[in-house]
Amino acid sequence: MSEVRTAIDSTWVGGRKPFKASYGKLMMWFFLLSDAFSFSTLLLVYGVIRFSSPVPWADPETVYTHFPGLYEWFHIDAPLAFVGLMTFILIASSVTMVLAVEAGHRMDRKNVEKYMAWTLVGGFAFLACQAYEWYHFIIGTHGELFHGSIHLLDGTVATAMAEGVQDGGVVVMNGANQGLNLLTATSAQLQELVPPEMLTATGALDVGAASEAAISGAGLKLNQYAQNPSFANLFFFITGFHGTHVASGVLLNYIIYKQVCNGVMEKRGHYEMVEKVGLYWHFVDLVWVFVFTFFYLI
Amino acid sequence: MANAQHTPGEFDNDQSAYTHPDIHTHHDEAHGAHVRKNIWRVFWILFAITALEFVIAFVVGRGLFRNVTFILMTVVKAAYIVAVFMHLKDEVKSLIFTIMIPLLFVIWFILALLIEGGFYQGGWFGY
Repeated sequence: MSEVRTAIDSTWVGGRKPFKASYGKLMMWFFLLSDAFSFSTLLLVYGVIRFSSPVPWADPETVYTHFPGLYEWFHIDAPLAFVGLMTFILIASSVTMVLAVEAGHRMDRKNVEKYMAWTLVGGFAFLACQAYEWYHFIIGTHGELFHGSIHLLDGTVATAMAEGVQDGGVVVMNGANQGLNLLTATSAQLQELVPPEMLTATGALDVGAASEAAISGAGLKLNQYAQNPSFANLFFFITGFHGTHVASGVLLNYIIYKQVCNGVMEKRGHYEMVEKVGLYWHFVDLVWVFVFTFFYLI
Repeated sequence: MANAQHTPGEFDNDQSAYTHPDIHTHHDEAHGAHVRKNIWRVFWILFAITALEFVIAFVVGRGLFRNVTFILMTVVKAAYIVAVFMHLKDEVKSLIFTIMIPLLFVIWFILALLIEGGFYQGGWFGY
């Protein structure tokens, strides 16, 4: 008899809720765990490709320098300032989300509505910031050879060294002429390699014309920031995958916000649905903390 | 004997948990004030760590020390978000372990890459 009682009293024999959580909340946690594996793998792939890159990787401080207003009106570079603002927006929206959950625990419908509305504002603001950042990442700084490349006649490319055109020169990156500096090359070499419109009357490299033809911004095959195309590809994929999560989080938040406004949760007697979408929203913030570190800081 | 007697409710297997879960879904105003205070405390901690990261990004030169510092600060921020905002620390132990233990696979993955990566790069653990 006592053995049977022990079995009944133990937590895992069935008929009890060992996790003391509802089905929906558990499933959200399990989903987030699997999603955490996805993002971990993506960021680890980023690390592997970056640290095994045979050519120098881009320096984030020189890539993400645009701040709305400062750049357009005053032409001021503000390295990493905008991504700092994005991080702040996402953390703040996480706080309003958790405040909505807390208000739900007190059945305080008015505050749930208020804080969920602010969370939605934060989500939209973050997406708008990301659109701005992507736009400037893709467009780039036009005609600047600082990190740009010139396509040469033999199919290879020449790239300005890190110190810039004047200091480091413009060096052929691969092929038979690898290592040749176009600023010190003979005019015979230049004529074979450089398209005629990029040469001056005396046969030297026309830096101005070359800059005009240099790659600006980021594409899937070439970008002005790093010779390794993986830099832009990984940026697009990982921040894009995160942005998709933010967008779907905003959609979920909006659906639950409408339900709260319609009094669905009040009728149900609890606001657990707010808590479940809250978990998802905090996860989006959590991922951004890692993306921020690995893409912008390191 | 197989049909051991039990009092109703002892099994707690009624479905009310799915329509009206009592666990962590309701609290009173006094507890709420405490929770809110903690939320804002964590916000300021996250804010301060992020601000410090910016200072380090511009003051400390690139290198292993800076990267390790950034990663440690990131892990601290992540811990606060998971523990307080997602209130995992208020859940029962079995749920905490169910979520945290599988993440060891990520650590394993990192170690595997660092060790095997040395084959190509002559890196961390050498070959």
